[in-house]
Amino acid sequence: MNPQLTNPRADEIDAILKRLPFAQTLGMRCEVLGDEMTAILPFQEKLIGNVAIRALHGGAIASFLELTAMLQVFLVSDMPRPPKPINLTIDYLRQGHAKDLYARAYVLKMGRRMASVRAEAWQENRAEPVTALMAHFLVAAD
Amino acid sequence: MNDKPKQQYDIAAIMNENINVMRDVVPWANETRFRVTKVEKGHVFGTQPWAEHLVGDPESGVIHGGVITTFLDNLCGMACTSAMTEMRFVATIDLRIDYMRPAEKGRDIIGEAECYHLTRTVCFTRAWAYHETRDKLIATAAGTFAINKARLGGSKK
Repeated sequence: MNPQLTNPRADEIDAILKRLPFAQTLGMRCEVLGDEMTAILPFQEKLIGNVAIRALHGGAIASFLELTAMLQVFLVSDMPRPPKPINLTIDYLRQGHAKDLYARAYVLKMGRRMASVRAEAWQENRAEPVTALMAHFLVAAD
Repeated sequence: MNDKPKQQYDIAAIMNENINVMRDVVPWANETRFRVTKVEKGHVFGTQPWAEHLVGDPESGVIHGGVITTFLDNLCGMACTSAMTEMRFVATIDLRIDYMRPAEKGRDIIGEAECYHLTRTVCFTRAWAYHETRDKLIATAAGTFAINKARLGGSKK
């Protein structure tokens, strides 16, 4: 535990990522500053979906955004474990190039049973997102 | 190549003949290890095996939702191509996934995708993921796809 951390749950985010085999397969990591988290997906050849145009696979981007949204809910809540997804909608706005991808998620509503979350992924320019996600998570314990 | 521009092809049959190639050329599909098992016109079937490196919940051993998203997204895209009369590739516009129940640890997931409507520019699809039959679903998907223009000799951005 780093005593200088402004958010004690930041260390837990790191621990969750290390425990999740699929997050390791993607190779993603997160940087937490207070309640703000940026997820980073370093480029790897295996994330490619179309070799001809060297575009990232939509499924890899969606997986990355779903994990980002899930971790953001966890970060701003006091849940003992990450929430389960109910559904999600992904908008593919631009081609994901063979470069690192970044993402941030915003919890639009934290209810007693559900959380509504929006997440966006971008590359060179945050104002030009590659993909946007809207997801609902179950946050109730039962 | 363009001497018979009006010729119609049985795309589904061509896809069936190249069923393994379609996955092998997609690096992320090789990573998640799904297989395409059958292609009919507008309808594609596949299998997503369970694997340790795809686990999204270490306590239950269930594979991550993102794997199912990848699987259904890919099957939907192939269902679009299989519904056409000339070889065209598609790009996902949007995809919605509903998670009904977690997949079981160690079991294959069956996926089925259907392209139920096709316009000149857009394909409409839906898909299902389950262990045994469609009455006990793990997840459903609904996606729209943009049809890419036929391009000869590489891509233009």
